[in-house]
Amino acid sequence: MAEKVLMKGNEAVAEAAIMAGCRNFFGYPITPQTEVAAYMAKRMPKIGGTYLQAESELAAINMVIGAASTGARAMTSSSSPGISLKSEGISYMAGMDLPALILNVQRGGPGLGGIQPSQSDYFQATRAIGHGDFHLLVFAPSTVQEMVDTTFLAYDLADKYRMPALMLLDGILGQMMEPVEFKESHKAHMDDKPWAVGTACVKHEKNIINSLYLQPEQLEERNFERFKRYETIKKTEQRCEEYLTDDADVIVVAYGASARIARNAVRAARANGLKVGMIRPITLWPFPEKAIKDAAKTAKAFVCVELSMGQMIDDVKLAIECSRPVTLVNHTGGVVMTPAEVLTGIEKAYGGVK
Amino acid sequence: MQTVFQKPKALTDVTMHYCPGCTHGIIHRLVAEVLDELNITEKTIGIAPVGCSVLAYNYFNCDFIQAAHGRAPAVATGAKRANPDSVIFTYQGDGDLAAIGTAETVHAATRGENITVIFVNNGIYGMTGGQMAPTSIPGMVTQTTPYGRDVKTAGYPVRICEMLATLTGTTYAERVSVDCVKNVLAAKKAIKKAFQNQLDGKGFSIVEVMSTCPTNWGLDPVKALDWARENMLTYYPLGVYKDNE
Repeated sequence: MAEKVLMKGNEAVAEAAIMAGCRNFFGYPITPQTEVAAYMAKRMPKIGGTYLQAESELAAINMVIGAASTGARAMTSSSSPGISLKSEGISYMAGMDLPALILNVQRGGPGLGGIQPSQSDYFQATRAIGHGDFHLLVFAPSTVQEMVDTTFLAYDLADKYRMPALMLLDGILGQMMEPVEFKESHKAHMDDKPWAVGTACVKHEKNIINSLYLQPEQLEERNFERFKRYETIKKTEQRCEEYLTDDADVIVVAYGASARIARNAVRAARANGLKVGMIRPITLWPFPEKAIKDAAKTAKAFVCVELSMGQMIDDVKLAIECSRPVTLVNHTGGVVMTPAEVLTGIEKAYGGVK
Repeated sequence: MQTVFQKPKALTDVTMHYCPGCTHGIIHRLVAEVLDELNITEKTIGIAPVGCSVLAYNYFNCDFIQAAHGRAPAVATGAKRANPDSVIFTYQGDGDLAAIGTAETVHAATRGENITVIFVNNGIYGMTGGQMAPTSIPGMVTQTTPYGRDVKTAGYPVRICEMLATLTGTTYAERVSVDCVKNVLAAKKAIKKAFQNQLDGKGFSIVEVMSTCPTNWGLDPVKALDWARENMLTYYPLGVYKDNE
């Protein structure tokens, strides 16, 4: 399938997951991720896979735990309030060192919030998606093609580092249609999982998938080991796109749908003769702090563009150790900013630079 | 020297943490004997609950997944769907299965998941020190019902087998007891059937095993068995509630 096809973001991710070897999808209806589940329900029975509509998000994530424990590639998708419910299971998965792919097609919050696009689960995704010391691999693609590419990468890295991967999307990316290409390189990499339970994997002794360690020293040891892995990930897996950053005095930092809007504003600023660039994080954890820190050597100000009250902005400030002014252009609750609003924010920051 | 009695092969050779007189040991043994007799230990995945039997993964020689509180039937569902050749059983207490995990229990049953559920009911949260369980009987004194379970404020106990028997998806539901030799033998028969059903692809089987908690009931092991016979078994009658034979 080398030609380009027009697909909705949610459906493209679902197809990519299947191509990446996922045969186990457990879902629960919630807007605006519904197309993922609907696509899986249509495709899985045709290819001998499982689509199962769980009784709750709690059950769905625990079904993912069961499937992933047997070494299978598994997936669930939800939107913000549903991810809160899944957070218990996600914490267990981190403790169990279980790989799987979780989609959060974000909507406005807190609480039931709304059903329009949002990026207000950034803190939840990168800081505290459940109790305990842990991180997830967090990906934030900004085009349907990148959603497809990232799905393969997410599964591979989740398996490699034995940890859950979260794709942080929003209602815009999930619902929009774009041409996508499924490439030759899009392959399922199914490595042996000697730690898995059941009969599907080659193993030599009894395996236990567990997150309980009653001896404090043992639990500490487990967490130390996990964080050693995290350090490797921080060194090797930071991903971002740098756009017109070489000579930029002002750097816009934006991800996902916001980055699409911000890119237009950056172009408009350039047309007006302003030296403006953009860093677009593709991984939110690990956060691309190296690129942003490097940019701070020459850039004089940063502008964060977010569909939240300002969450990623904290990571930008941390990355540059507050050495430059960082301002925020934002909307929240499902309201989306215009390129003109971002341009105004850029111009303000630029004014401060002079 | 001739060996006349030994541990089932499906049990590991470690000392269990259970309190003196607790019947988890008997129930573990029955499950292990069944795994031996059906020769399925190698392909079995047990799902441990949260509660007294949380460490079950240390006691059985099969693979294990330790689930979050109440979620064992959902974990079992995922494991069975992804790996249908494996034999999957959950081992859950009353707080785990009948309170926090009620939804997972009911829906695994109504979907007719081809799994085996061993449900240990002693009417109390043992691990946390003896609080009221969904199955504590009316008037039962626990840490959180110090004046006895008052049904006006704490409601009535849940009868799981009776409830699940109403579901089309449930294949087999039987309540057994391990208070005496005769009942222990009957319990083993039921457990074996619940595993055999899975091997035959028949669907959701649950065996509710009436148990005791001498420590938190405040009784010695023998008196606890007497109390169970007089109070628990009258509220929770033994028998087959559903059998799609």
